[in-house]
Amino acid sequence: MTALLEVQNLRVSFPEPGGGRIVPVDGVTFTLERGRTLALVGESGCGKSLTSLAILRLVPPPGRIDDGSTVRLGETDLLALQGEALRRVRGRRIAMIFQDPMTSLNPVFTVESQITEVVHAHFDVPKREARDRAAALLQEVGIPDPLARLKSYPHQLSGGMRQRVMIAIALAGQPEILIADEPTTALDVTVQAQILEVLDGLRATHGMAVLLITHDLGIVAGRADRVAVMYAGQIVESAPTGALFANPSHPYTQGLFGSVPRLTGAAGRLSPIPGNVPPPSAWPSGCRFRTRCPIVHPRSAEAPPLLPVGPDHLIRCWLAEDGAR
Amino acid sequence: MSGPLLVVRDLVKHYVSEGLFAARTPPVRAVDGVSFEVGRGETLALVGESGCGKSSVGRTIIRLQEPTSGEALFDGQAVFRLEREPLRALRRRMQIIFQDPYSSLNPRMTVGDAVAEGIEIHRLARTKAERKERVAALLEEVGLDPSYASRYPHEFSGGQRQRIGIARALAVEPAFIVCDEPVSALDVSVQAQVINLLRDLQERRGLSYLFIAHDLAVVRQIAHRIAVMYLGHIIETAPTETLLNDPRHPYTQALLSAVPEPDPTAQRARIVLSGDLPSPSNPPPGCRFHTRCFHPLRSERCRSEVPLLRPVHGSLAACHYAETPASPLAR
Repeated sequence: MTALLEVQNLRVSFPEPGGGRIVPVDGVTFTLERGRTLALVGESGCGKSLTSLAILRLVPPPGRIDDGSTVRLGETDLLALQGEALRRVRGRRIAMIFQDPMTSLNPVFTVESQITEVVHAHFDVPKREARDRAAALLQEVGIPDPLARLKSYPHQLSGGMRQRVMIAIALAGQPEILIADEPTTALDVTVQAQILEVLDGLRATHGMAVLLITHDLGIVAGRADRVAVMYAGQIVESAPTGALFANPSHPYTQGLFGSVPRLTGAAGRLSPIPGNVPPPSAWPSGCRFRTRCPIVHPRSAEAPPLLPVGPDHLIRCWLAEDGAR
Repeated sequence: MSGPLLVVRDLVKHYVSEGLFAARTPPVRAVDGVSFEVGRGETLALVGESGCGKSSVGRTIIRLQEPTSGEALFDGQAVFRLEREPLRALRRRMQIIFQDPYSSLNPRMTVGDAVAEGIEIHRLARTKAERKERVAALLEEVGLDPSYASRYPHEFSGGQRQRIGIARALAVEPAFIVCDEPVSALDVSVQAQVINLLRDLQERRGLSYLFIAHDLAVVRQIAHRIAVMYLGHIIETAPTETLLNDPRHPYTQALLSAVPEPDPTAQRARIVLSGDLPSPSNPPPGCRFHTRCFHPLRSERCRSEVPLLRPVHGSLAACHYAETPASPLAR
């Protein structure tokens, strides 16, 4: 299968006050296939959100995407696009939804004008049809009485409803890829369940590819086809979802699983990862996890590449070479 | 002394809006008649979603906010009737830690001074040297380097700040701590560290916790008993494993089924509630959950008669039909 989205050696850097540069995304490589869901998982500061912003060329200044990075959408080199050509990709071929729907919706426009704006931007349709499409989209994301809701302003909606509106806006361009950046993190669990159900349904009916950015392994399970775990700006483990959950192999991934509280199984003590996630300016040389890793490897001062530990299963750890896990 | 450390009866907290249109605005009934007990050395978790009133309960029982009505007995003392001085003395025994330790720490105060504030107020140290020693011991107890005392809050990560918040609460040697979403803002790996710390402190110091949280998987790691709130009422309460394995109230079942389990092979009921949470200023009559209930036996009675907490299979559940499982899929 050919890749729909191909990200290769993506590096995003920011200048430091002292003169150097920090590199919060450092050599990220992955592919997303048509109709598939890839989850980028990691804790705050691992670079997962910045990776998704870089795909849409939304890295906030003074940050920049460094030379040598590649982001291709089919045959299109996204990093070479400018102006109008870039606008035709954003929202039309790749759409994005964010964690906080209140800050991404415009408080002074109605739901209708925010959805039809996207419809008009990408399709040459009369006003009436744009409104019909907007109503149909609201219906699709499970908003009751869509015609009345078109007249609402964001503050009149609950958090769950706002996130549904955001999804409707994202769908308005009929994108091939949906980037969902922590789409349910700000929501209560029962509302999260509602939104995930909507997203799952849309994925099935529209055949969209989804890049799911999350810190929550629970959301990934049973939803993503493939998982890439990020730590300190790099992918440290990448595998089909089943293999990753059955056999997490990087010590960081294992640490994450040991930290997650669960509802089922023995209610034992959690085994957290010691220490804190270091900021980009303090990432160690060599293996970036070595300062917190329970395993002391003789080669940890050298930066490990992604190495295979199973079919389609890679870890950025020298342990893979030892064959010991 | 025996008996529970804290007894709360019929606690009510309504927020009345002030100003020009106040008379026309109904009060927000955040807490509407809540009763519970917390034993010595026990953790009671108060669980529910945004707007259910759980944080208001935590704040009123330590008098950060004044209750509208109700009673709270702490070690036999009527908390809501205390005047200034005895209240101050009581605050030595009841402390609170917050979700966001950064906004609860003064950015211009060193960590050492922040931790020592309670020691000063309650005159728990005679000399400067003794004070310094106590601060160092407290920082060490929560897993921080004693040398951090001279640094400022902004120099620390979220997890470290929460440890500072805990050290600050412990400084006055309380018997009871309200933990208001203490780990919700933290990354999972750090969250697990703080949960383990709170457990260790409880064991070492015999602390009682009222642990306010929305995440049932987190709560399971620390609570002895769980009380579930919905729109200002406690709708179910039970020992932790009983509540998780045999939930009796349909809302508890929905809440449990909504927790994403990090296991792709897990076979669990998926109950997705319809609609939004009704407004707490205009809660539905009868059972407050009836507008979203999916129980097969739900009836006219649910719309008119408020169900009271009553014993069902080892739980206390406020549902007229708690004997019959609401969902055939429920665990």
